[in-house]
Amino acid sequence: MGKRIFTRMGDGERIAMSPGKIKDDLLAGTNDAADRAGIPVLTPDDLELLFEIFAEPAKIVGVAPGEEVIVSDDAVATLFYLDQENCGQGLPLSRVQSILTYERACCADTLSTGHVDYTFKQVKPIVNFEKQDYYNTSLMTTAPFFYGSQPNMGIYFRPDGPFPNPADLFPAGKIKEALDAQEDAAAQLTRDMVYVSKQMYDVGCEGINFDTAASAGDADFFATLQAVSELKKKTQHMAIEVGMSSEFVMGMHGDITFDGQLLAGMYPHQQVKVVEAAGADIFGPAINVSVGESTPWNLARSVTFVKECVAVANIPVHPNVGMGVCGVPMFEVPPIDAVTRTSKALVLIGKADGL
Amino acid sequence: MGTGDIFGMPTAHIMASAMGGIRTAGDLVAWMQMSRRMKINEAKAYVAEKLGIDVIDLTNEEVMRQVREDLDIGIITSVAGSAKGIAAKWKIAELLDIQINSVNLFKEKLRL
Repeated sequence: MGKRIFTRMGDGERIAMSPGKIKDDLLAGTNDAADRAGIPVLTPDDLELLFEIFAEPAKIVGVAPGEEVIVSDDAVATLFYLDQENCGQGLPLSRVQSILTYERACCADTLSTGHVDYTFKQVKPIVNFEKQDYYNTSLMTTAPFFYGSQPNMGIYFRPDGPFPNPADLFPAGKIKEALDAQEDAAAQLTRDMVYVSKQMYDVGCEGINFDTAASAGDADFFATLQAVSELKKKTQHMAIEVGMSSEFVMGMHGDITFDGQLLAGMYPHQQVKVVEAAGADIFGPAINVSVGESTPWNLARSVTFVKECVAVANIPVHPNVGMGVCGVPMFEVPPIDAVTRTSKALVLIGKADGL
Repeated sequence: MGTGDIFGMPTAHIMASAMGGIRTAGDLVAWMQMSRRMKINEAKAYVAEKLGIDVIDLTNEEVMRQVREDLDIGIITSVAGSAKGIAAKWKIAELLDIQINSVNLFKEKLRL
């Protein structure tokens, strides 16, 4: 039996692959991304470097001194006290203690906080509490401190919200009503995002993170872009980061444009251009992971998307690298060998400005 | 970043590829990405020039520990009386010639 290299499946299962099989999966992964998005495949040098990253025998790998990048996050700083459904550790700490521990023990480049029900609609009625907590914490933090929340337009529809549910209207043949419902929900979502963000700005918020954008499709993405655009006129000294929910903007509406571009069907290298046009400062692409494919396949695919996104971007790009995105296995305790290989590959080959 | 347990996801990424926050110059480079939309190499070059050090030393603990203490912009270990939090950010805003919203609000409360 020839040489075997330990790696992971997309669900985290440890597997041993031959060097030839890893190279086959790297090629298949980059081809899949390039075919879907109409972007270049990774070069032979990129693929060789990616193979070397997988072939390193060490459990943990990393970039060389001088090649490091910035990490930003979506309320990771609060994980210490959160519960299992947030991948949290449940320590008996307050939110501020968790954030300061993340700054001074984990040494993150940026910090963040957010409500445990990480959604603008849920934050709106308790925004004064969030303002108190952000303000108090911001007096103690030294590193840049974000407030994060998700657009989550899906909960604006019945039974969770006030608007008719397109998932009921489309099957009933009520196409116009389904489109109108999404447009109405998007308008309300924009108002809520702007309201909450402006409230946070007024207590000194240094950065807002619109996390998991477009989870309900193109109208959700539109609402986020509109919110960015409006906020940039009112909150000059607050950075805005837009992180995506997946690699592809679903056309749940299908006919919504921003800056003259049709949003439905956009891939990361197109998403970043409208995010830039809206006025955001940092973009976070999210590339889906297939649990039935190997990490070499998933990571080659993710790096292909990210490399093109970074190449066309005029703003910093921080790919999302939590579980189940951009090559990290879909497992709540992500295997460190796979996580660090993802990290190294996205920085060295994808040329990411951060993670 | 996204989600995953604190050791396996964020800490693993920080160890593998990140700059090191206030342990080195990670926070300073991050401020430039946030305030001026600088890509990573431009942000590093800007901060290195302001600090008067080489780019490679932005993540060199042996250099940055002393630089941070000399500038009183927050150090990773706890020294009573040294700047941390809003006091450190005030100095960082001046050092990097940027506007930090929380610092602006604090100054406003002090009527400065």
